[in-house]
Amino acid sequence: MPNTRRSRSPLASIGLHGTLLIATVVAVFPALWVLLTSLKPAKFATTTDFFHDTTLANYTHLLGDTKFLTWFGNSVIVAATTTVIGVFLAATTGYAVSRFRFPGMRPLMWVLLITQMFPMAILIVPLYNLFSSMGLLNQPVGLVITYLTIAVPFCAWMMKGFFDAIPVEIDESGRVDGLNPFGTFWRLILPLARPGLAVTGFYSFITAWGEVAYASAFMVGEDNMTLAGGLQTFVNQYTAQWGPMTAASVLIAVPAVIVFVLVQRHLVTGMTAGATKG
Amino acid sequence: MAVHTGPSVAKAPGKATVPGPRRPARTRESGVRRALSTHWYAWTMVAPVVIVLAIIVGYPLGRGIWLSLTDATEANVERTIGVNHIPATYEFTGLQNYVDAFGDPVFLQRLVWTIVWTVACVSITYSLGLALATLLNRQVAGRGFYRMALVVPWAIPGFVSVFSWNFLYNEKHGLLNKILVGGGIDAVPWLNDPTIAKLSVIAVNVWLGVPFMMVALLGGLQSIPGDLYEAAEMDGASAWQRFRHITLPGLRPVSTTVILLSTIWTFNMFPVIFLLTRGGPGDATEILVTQAFRMTFVDSPRNFSTSATWGVIILLLLLVFAFFYRRVLKKQGEVW
Repeated sequence: MPNTRRSRSPLASIGLHGTLLIATVVAVFPALWVLLTSLKPAKFATTTDFFHDTTLANYTHLLGDTKFLTWFGNSVIVAATTTVIGVFLAATTGYAVSRFRFPGMRPLMWVLLITQMFPMAILIVPLYNLFSSMGLLNQPVGLVITYLTIAVPFCAWMMKGFFDAIPVEIDESGRVDGLNPFGTFWRLILPLARPGLAVTGFYSFITAWGEVAYASAFMVGEDNMTLAGGLQTFVNQYTAQWGPMTAASVLIAVPAVIVFVLVQRHLVTGMTAGATKG
Repeated sequence: MAVHTGPSVAKAPGKATVPGPRRPARTRESGVRRALSTHWYAWTMVAPVVIVLAIIVGYPLGRGIWLSLTDATEANVERTIGVNHIPATYEFTGLQNYVDAFGDPVFLQRLVWTIVWTVACVSITYSLGLALATLLNRQVAGRGFYRMALVVPWAIPGFVSVFSWNFLYNEKHGLLNKILVGGGIDAVPWLNDPTIAKLSVIAVNVWLGVPFMMVALLGGLQSIPGDLYEAAEMDGASAWQRFRHITLPGLRPVSTTVILLSTIWTFNMFPVIFLLTRGGPGDATEILVTQAFRMTFVDSPRNFSTSATWGVIILLLLLVFAFFYRRVLKKQGEVW
């Protein structure tokens, strides 16, 4: 399509850029506003000025006087573990359903789809009881396992799409060279699917980093909470005090944005492969 | 999409041709062994996922379905008060909860709003995502910048963006109203008027969902061969005709997937409603999931059985939807 474009009329050009600019402002502004507010002194948090006595007071208060860093550390542990294990499981499952025709494959694909339809309202109470009998409440492990069940089904789908796009001849050549199926998968196919791994990694990380309901139900006690739960206690503690809340929001968004920037060039290709073939 | 409809699935071991009535036991055993030796690596690769799903999803689901067939509430489940252990006294009531749910005006009201919410969110998100993807697929200066900026809502954790919207929507101190009042217009009760609150939560969910749509559809657009457009242009097809007859059909595989997924996700979109309005004002924005959550965690006495019933109904509704969706696509010749 692009190469057939004759040069656009100035009016069309203005329209195009105008639309994209408006969309950009709408997309970026809420986050930007929170960032700007976090840099104002707490008592000026609700002013409409973009800058007002710029200060880092909200941040120093947050880091010095609250458990924020503990929650942050807990969240990092949970999200990182979920990402590593999630990507690995999604890759093996995706590879198996992409390459092999085995009994139980169709039911498995259905289960992966149906798992996405689960309203957590019916899962959360039984899961709470299950975890409490297994001693997994207040343990990062419990939360990691729960997040895996959310992230892996979708990621396995996407990975299947990626693997479908890699020619089977590569597997066959590996087999000829004497590699077993696991060797083929690990040494030949996985390196080729790197964009897919990036996308599934991003998805797993965001899922674990931003989840609220399970996190606040399973993790109690100030020292065990992750950010989602910790911030909830914050809302009560700082009713209508927007300053520290905005600073916390900014600090929470930073790791997610970093992960995003790392994988973003793979996102378009990644999503296509996943969505069209998945 | 996820499910192969072809005949390529290997025969299940149980269906292996039975040679004669002589030694059926041994035949079955060797069938199992043959299946094991052919498929052991595939099964090994999927085993961790199957085991985790069976425990973490299978068990709670079974328990949820069981609870939906009883009259369990906080008052009659097994519990421990101090040193006294009180055994469960709830009883099996069959399908009574389901009958009650469909006769319950509250349930029907929530169901209608959940459907309105899902249809509105998915259709608006899809249209905006498609429009932006089409614009970004052209040669436009600063394309990388626009793409990066437009995906921002996706990169930020959901509860943070919902918080920032809460901040903007705040009736007294929020920026939106300050701007309106500054311009001489009355403040709008963004989250405090039933109708406006509904529009507000839809707006936030659309804002959250557009980046995913846009990225997926952009990928789809880039996979449509450019010479199709050239040929159409030669034949004198207008821009609209090219869009209608090349772009839309070319996007079908991606579109069907993202529409199905986002329908499922939106139907169960807990955080947006819960964190933005808690279902309020009153119960105006309460969807089925948040109401079911409220029955288990907020209401007193906690009503486990009705909550579980609603959960199972949600699951069934989505299953039926996915089934018919797939059926319709198949009828239209889509290999899915």
